[in-house]
Amino acid sequence: MSFTVMLQQLGEGMLRSMGIFFLTLLFSLPLGLFVAFGRMSRNKALQGVIRVYISIMRGTPLMLQLLAVYFGPYYLAGARLGKNWRFFAIILAFVINYAAYFAEIYRSGIASMPPGQYEAARLLGYSKAGTFVRIILPQVIKRILPSVTNEVMTLIKDTSLSFSLAYAEMFTIAKQIAAKETSFVPFIAAAVFYYVFNAIVGFVMNRIEKSMDYYT
Amino acid sequence: MSLLEMNHIRKSFGDLEVIRDISLKVDEGEILSIIGPSGSGKSTMLRCATMLETIDGGEIKYMNERVAWADSDGTRYYPKGADLRQVCSCFGLVFQQFNLFPHFTVMKNITDAPIHNQKRDKEEVYQTAKELLGKMGLADKADAYPCQLSGGQQQRVAIARALALNPKILFFDEPTSALDPELTGEVLKVIKSLADLHIAMVIVTHEMNFAREISDHVMFMDKGVVLVEGTAEEVFTTDNARMKAFFGKLQH
Repeated sequence: MSFTVMLQQLGEGMLRSMGIFFLTLLFSLPLGLFVAFGRMSRNKALQGVIRVYISIMRGTPLMLQLLAVYFGPYYLAGARLGKNWRFFAIILAFVINYAAYFAEIYRSGIASMPPGQYEAARLLGYSKAGTFVRIILPQVIKRILPSVTNEVMTLIKDTSLSFSLAYAEMFTIAKQIAAKETSFVPFIAAAVFYYVFNAIVGFVMNRIEKSMDYYT
Repeated sequence: MSLLEMNHIRKSFGDLEVIRDISLKVDEGEILSIIGPSGSGKSTMLRCATMLETIDGGEIKYMNERVAWADSDGTRYYPKGADLRQVCSCFGLVFQQFNLFPHFTVMKNITDAPIHNQKRDKEEVYQTAKELLGKMGLADKADAYPCQLSGGQQQRVAIARALALNPKILFFDEPTSALDPELTGEVLKVIKSLADLHIAMVIVTHEMNFAREISDHVMFMDKGVVLVEGTAEEVFTTDNARMKAFFGKLQH
């Protein structure tokens, strides 16, 4: 197999990896915020449920969670889902896993806000929602950006776990080519792809952090 | 008409009884200073008046209307949601720690609440804000961020922010305690100028000379009760032993 053909095939795989990456972020970032609210809720039952959910998501390997979500419906309910279930299961598993991590990050950011901000907002007539959206959330976002960057970079590499469900993202393809050509080169190429993607994401997150640097 | 009446307030934090039985009244245009040692309950009194803390006994009346009270068995009645915001629109509070919004410019700190909470016309609010900044001596700082300002400047922005909402009564919780003597002077000058606007003010402060100069009425608190109260002259020339001891330590 020529080098260019290999790069082309790996490139297609990279597109699928990026698909998982963007869809996961798109859904888990907002979901994480709602999970964080549940975690901080005064309703003890809700808080308990959320804590268990977060602890399972963070306490078990994502690979196992992928398998559980993919095979679960069949083994639990005998449901046979169509061709598209594989992709949907992958996104679902990634989203509920990463939402748990983001929830804890949001919670740590919100908890670090000085009570004085809430008090000032209250006396100035802001509603609870208004306080959160206009005063609290913008400051929380700035505080949690480094932790979010960390998770985002982990996510890029975690997309390779989809190989366990034989989804043709980049790592799976690299493995296939390496086996076929009995060569290590595909893995090196894959590593470079991941590294470059990570570098771009790191650069973008850095720019976002800098844009929020207008105040301390 | 009395703007604020607090009758027989009691407040405890757990086992610690911070306010044992305190009543106060503030009329329109009146300036009340509350002085006393730390831990006497002064700030707590202010926080109860502004609904930041809930009282355990007594009642709070704004404009002759009872807005919050606690029964003898401890049940508290407090306004919520829109009613609470309605009550809060009567007063403003200037904090010891300023509590400006760091992600807003000075201008936005002052104009955001009137525009979004009081739904006032943008042009009018910006005009008012510019005038207030002028009065505070900060006209050139409209586009600065709080982190770029000194403590005295930040506190003046906080005062402007509270004034922008046209409160009937302005509370000051040790407004200069976090500032060095120079900056303290700036802020006190501004507060003095507000007295000319005939806004009612309640000031908790350790600045004795200032309190004496500016107040219509002074309350000296210690351990949750009022020990001495009256006009500035009456209070500062009192024979009360505790107060004399408090002033004695001040000379150093």
